[in-house]
Amino acid sequence: MRSIPVSPEAGGGGAVLELERLAVTFATAGGEVSAATDVTLAVAGGECLGVVGESGAGKSQTFLAALGLLAANGRVRGSARFQGGELLGLAPAALDRVRGARIGVVFQDPLTSLTPHLTVGAQLTEVLRHHLQLTAAAARRRALTLLERVQLSDAQRRLGQYPHELSGGMRQRVMIAIAIACGPALLIADEPTTALDVTVQAQILRLLAELKRERAMAMVLITHDLGAVAGIADRVAVMRAGRLIETGPVASVLGAPREPYTRELLRSVAPVSAPASAPVAAAPVALALEEVSVAYPLRGGWLRRAATLRALSGVTLELAAGEALGVVGESGGGKSTLARAVLALLPLAAGRVVWLGRSLGTLTPRELRAARAGLQMVFQDPLGSLDPRMTVEEIVGEPLAVHRPGLEPAARRAAIATMLERVELGTSLLGRYPHELSGGQCQRVGIARAMILEPRLLVCDEPLSALDGPTQRQILALLAGLRRESALTLLFVSHNLALVRQLCERVLVLYLGRMMELGGTEQLYREPRHPYTQELIAAVPVADPAIQPARLARARPGEPPSPLAPPSGCVYRTRCPYAVARCAEQVPAWETVAEGGAGIACHRWRELSGA
Amino acid sequence: MSERRGGALWGAALRRLRANRPACLALALLLGVALLALLAPLASPWAYDSLDWRHLAQPPALGAAHWFGTDRLGRDLFVRTLHGVRLSLLISVLASVLSVGIGLAWGTIAGFAGGRLDEWMMRFVDVLYSLPYLFLVIVLNTLVGRGSIAVLLLGVAAVGWLTTARIVRGQTLQLKRREFIEAARATGLPTRAILLRHIVPNLAGTVAVYATLTVPQMILFESFLSFLGLGVQEPHASLGNLINAGAQEMESAPWMLLVPAVFLVLLLVCLNLLGDGLRDALDPRES
Repeated sequence: MRSIPVSPEAGGGGAVLELERLAVTFATAGGEVSAATDVTLAVAGGECLGVVGESGAGKSQTFLAALGLLAANGRVRGSARFQGGELLGLAPAALDRVRGARIGVVFQDPLTSLTPHLTVGAQLTEVLRHHLQLTAAAARRRALTLLERVQLSDAQRRLGQYPHELSGGMRQRVMIAIAIACGPALLIADEPTTALDVTVQAQILRLLAELKRERAMAMVLITHDLGAVAGIADRVAVMRAGRLIETGPVASVLGAPREPYTRELLRSVAPVSAPASAPVAAAPVALALEEVSVAYPLRGGWLRRAATLRALSGVTLELAAGEALGVVGESGGGKSTLARAVLALLPLAAGRVVWLGRSLGTLTPRELRAARAGLQMVFQDPLGSLDPRMTVEEIVGEPLAVHRPGLEPAARRAAIATMLERVELGTSLLGRYPHELSGGQCQRVGIARAMILEPRLLVCDEPLSALDGPTQRQILALLAGLRRESALTLLFVSHNLALVRQLCERVLVLYLGRMMELGGTEQLYREPRHPYTQELIAAVPVADPAIQPARLARARPGEPPSPLAPPSGCVYRTRCPYAVARCAEQVPAWETVAEGGAGIACHRWRELSGA
Repeated sequence: MSERRGGALWGAALRRLRANRPACLALALLLGVALLALLAPLASPWAYDSLDWRHLAQPPALGAAHWFGTDRLGRDLFVRTLHGVRLSLLISVLASVLSVGIGLAWGTIAGFAGGRLDEWMMRFVDVLYSLPYLFLVIVLNTLVGRGSIAVLLLGVAAVGWLTTARIVRGQTLQLKRREFIEAARATGLPTRAILLRHIVPNLAGTVAVYATLTVPQMILFESFLSFLGLGVQEPHASLGNLINAGAQEMESAPWMLLVPAVFLVLLLVCLNLLGDGLRDALDPRES
């Protein structure tokens, strides 16, 4: 594979990339801002260095600077040597011969880093022909081999497809294929799994680890996910506010961290046991879903038939007052649709949602608006869910203006101030606009808006997925606190199983819009019955280098099929290792397996758990 | 609604506008001309329709009785031109406000409602677009009588709102999908309140810019109608009918064309520069 001449010191254990006192600064209107200071580190061939830290810690900028990929207002000082040669100050043409050929890069968002109007094959062969001067036919053959190597299913057909026709995981495989196309000595992966589902994350990380071993590449894995680092890194570098604060072998840094900050990062991903289960049976039923289905009509084009996307089919469950239910599953599973269906924010195709004995579907628009005072929601995008032209005071006060128009201005201001205190925000923020706040502050404002009317039900749609580890932990603690204070019923949608475990008493697992399993959190996490739940839980990254590599090695292949054409019978059967003929013929019925509404939809769960 | 709504955004926009030299200069010039148009007819001994028999068709000269010269009837061109500027600005600003108002309402409703209503409302816009607007103004003129400023205003506004409606609808479609609109629905806001409190304020930047760019279009359109004899009638002066009168004397008395033409060009260039400046200033991506 290696047709590029490689300097002798690159093979084996010598340092492939050496950064020495690297500093990155940006010239902004407010003066010079430092992104990285005094970063000195080295990566050897065949070694994976994990670079961790919160967003804004300067992880990415350090390596972008070394590659000459800084924004126009950026400046870099110090030294970055690749295979003994200095990269900084290299002429663009010389740099181009190194980048993409001897150094491969994989970015976070595979959709924006692939060109939308070129096929996968065209983008892959372009790299091969440019750097290796292959003929068109040879480049195409090589491209096919590469796509097969990165385990892209149906590789031959993928060559002719456009990026938007592939799923996120497939696109990331294509990016990796492009990055390794010329047999690089160094692969830099910048948050390669952040935008992906947990199951796909595990597959991609496993692939990266395999590639590193088989090609003896040096690898830099930039991530905020300590689980990913524990799985494939040999050494770890912890960055904070632009400085390298701790470096060492993965086992010692994650096992016995020296710096308090590293300990704090580790704490934010440590598995915490579930909250003590409240006596659920005693509380009355607050929310009931009966055979709820949601379908999105898709408009056909001129010669295309209109299709229907069944986002949710036959969801039936009951929530007791004060209970917290977590909803988990991969993207496309119908989690967000369920959240919106519960709040009657979208029309149901069938079934009904009963809140405190009243079916929301039978209310008049006016009654429904009035009922919304008791049903509130926290959104995924902390900034996007706040009106950019309103101040914090106006945003938090809006529900009061709608539902209690008679409130005196002074009383209203007092209520807003109290609410801000409850979400641990200072009243100095009252006059600020959303874009002046951090992501965590925005999400607190969103929670304050949802909580100011003291709702009985709070639906949270991925409220933490846009936030950093430590911030996630703070917001989670805030939600747990609010729940204790105000006997809130909580529907908590998340793809992060570890977070759900810390907050919820029961968990519902959705796959392609169908209920797979429902059960008490501890039971579900300890002994998952459904094969899909087992897969999800096996894929949760654990920040322990002693066990995580072995867990990654067991990651199952496969991604959800298109919800437009779900498989017959049991929808999960195409990925299920235990599928038999019956699974393709018959839709498994929902079976209640224990008290408190625990249930499962699987033909074989009894024999599987018996074995 | 509080006074401070959007304060930070507008404040930043004002800073960016101030840094834009051509736009600032244009704004100053515009204010100067508008002030002149308001005050100068009072300061001058001549009225827009008073005749000076001793000075017929005088060329402009400094220190003379008529700075900018007179026309064939001995009317002071300085006073008439500023009178014309006043009328043109008045009609175009009113027509812009009217057309932007209609377009804003039409566009937000169509965009937010979506579905069949949107379809019908926008097809109606398409139909109006395809009507020859000049024909429309002529029909209005014959029905109501020539020279009515109200008719002129309606005629000009009737053309202007179509483009605004299209732009606003496009923006509304984008805004509608944002999460904060869903948050407003989840809060229990009625549709009307969502439109007024969340959609329209977020359209304000786009609309403000478009309105500034509509005014010069309206001036041009009004002048065009008056030039054709469909607009402002003698003895009233507008930039359009002054230029029309001047064009007929182009060879013997070129100043009669040049004076109003220079004012027209000045207004148009200033308004366009200001509109461009506003567009750049209100775009938050321009930091």
